[in-house]
Amino acid sequence: MDFFQLLSDIEKVDPEVYERFDARRRVFKHFGAMGKKLTAAAMPGLVSGLFSKAYGQATSLPADVVNVLNLALSLEYLEFYFYDTALNRPTYGLPTSATLFTTTPATATSERQGIVLIRNDEEGHIKTLRAALGAAAIPAPDRALFDYSGGAGSLKGPFADVFTSSATFYKVAQSFVDTGVRAYKGGAPTLFNNKDLLETALNIHSVEARHSSHVRTIRRGKAANLDGPPAALAAPGSPATAPKSWISGIDNGGASPGTTVSTTPIYGAGSPATDYPAENNIVQAGRTITNDSGINDVAASEAFDEPLDPKTVRTIARNFVASTSTLFT
Amino acid sequence: MTELPFSGPTPGNAGSLLTTPLQRRSFLRYSGAGVALTGLLLAGCDDDDSTDHSAAFVDVGSGDLGVLNYAYALEQLEYAFYTQVKNGAYYKGLGASSVEKQILDDLAFHEKAHVDLFRNALGSNAIKDLEPDFSTINFDDRSIVLGTARAFEDTGVAAYNGAARYFETPTYLPLAGKIVSVEARHAALIRDILSFNAFVATDVVDLYTPAATGGIGAGAGSGLERSLRPALIVNAVNQYLQVGSKLNVSKFV
Repeated sequence: MDFFQLLSDIEKVDPEVYERFDARRRVFKHFGAMGKKLTAAAMPGLVSGLFSKAYGQATSLPADVVNVLNLALSLEYLEFYFYDTALNRPTYGLPTSATLFTTTPATATSERQGIVLIRNDEEGHIKTLRAALGAAAIPAPDRALFDYSGGAGSLKGPFADVFTSSATFYKVAQSFVDTGVRAYKGGAPTLFNNKDLLETALNIHSVEARHSSHVRTIRRGKAANLDGPPAALAAPGSPATAPKSWISGIDNGGASPGTTVSTTPIYGAGSPATDYPAENNIVQAGRTITNDSGINDVAASEAFDEPLDPKTVRTIARNFVASTSTLFT
Repeated sequence: MTELPFSGPTPGNAGSLLTTPLQRRSFLRYSGAGVALTGLLLAGCDDDDSTDHSAAFVDVGSGDLGVLNYAYALEQLEYAFYTQVKNGAYYKGLGASSVEKQILDDLAFHEKAHVDLFRNALGSNAIKDLEPDFSTINFDDRSIVLGTARAFEDTGVAAYNGAARYFETPTYLPLAGKIVSVEARHAALIRDILSFNAFVATDVVDLYTPAATGGIGAGAGSGLERSLRPALIVNAVNQYLQVGSKLNVSKFV
């Protein structure tokens, strides 16, 4: 078998053949492990296995990996429907009398367009996670299962005006994106043995962090009555209303610490706290950052985001789905 | 990988260094193949590997220490950049209450925390202090300073995401995760300052476009960050390091 002629021929009809191998480079470990035992007789079987992996479906995933990915997928649905509802209120039977976000000065740099971009990313994440999970993915949840008032299905939670008040909308948005960043950070180590899935999760994680930065930027702008481009240079103030684009300490409990469904747990410690410290943590890898770097507690906490455990993430998210739903249970 | 994004500013954009032949090389370098097979594969490819393994390069190594030293190197470069920013006319001209000044100060604090932590965590295993070469950067020019900051932050995110797979144990994965999201927050804000709503854009994220029909997930794209392998990253950042400090990441497999 002329292996290289084969690759060359395939490249003529599939220019991405090398990319396929690169993305799934583990298949080459079969060769690496066998190394010296490679014989001409063994080549056909090895090559056939290699191609089935390069082009085939993922094999069944371990249960803990499935759990992490399905929690991530559930969070993505929660976020997707949140932004999609806000963008398309008539479709969801909601009034449009109040302006949720501005559409000026130009479409591309408007507040609304930023939300469109975030909504689209979340839909892409749903697509990606469903593909990774295959038949192990949860059934696609119905929009009706979600309650963005934070009322666990009553629609009368503390954020009941979420789709009529711009301020409330962004409070909830910030809470979701910040929870998402911590959730992916908490879930990533479970994916350690599957390098491709790990990288995929990290590539979602950093996009969620970009979203968080942007939503926080918008909130700073709102606090200064600045929409669109000028918002990017609004000054930070109270963490409750004008947060930085990064998390300072525990951000005073986030966007709505005083409501009955409080945002405080989003920035607090998970369980166990040694593995999932609160966002105001200043000790990393056994080193006290303030001492080592001569910076204050605020800067030291901002420099590192903290992970959150799945159970705490579920407890936070449960407030936003009907109590009868199995999502986040 | 048909597209090699690098969100560099127009001046000093490192993207042009990411050439097509490199793709083939990195494919080979990271294929994980045994020595015998690597030899075979090389025989079937163009011989365009011109990597200089002389003393001009700092070898970050491999495994957990390699990834940590690779991260340490990038953080050194970032921190050196923000330190230099403070000597430029642009930063010096910012008022005490300037929001841009507050942001740049925060970024410098954060990067200092990252650098010091890696140095302390690595101890005697740390690579040497790198000598940056920022001679191509005009630190007096706002758009160049912010554009280069954007490039460094975006590169950091793509680098962390693309290097996590080279950890041999999960020990330091959480630490890398704690840092990369902060880099992403930095990147998004700098991008929003330069061009509002560019916090995610096609150069750094494989943007998803919904389909008119077919339901959720029927559209094109993935919404994923475009992570980059170490070989591509160092080809972009080595221009900012002096001879003797340029990075060699060839041991990651």
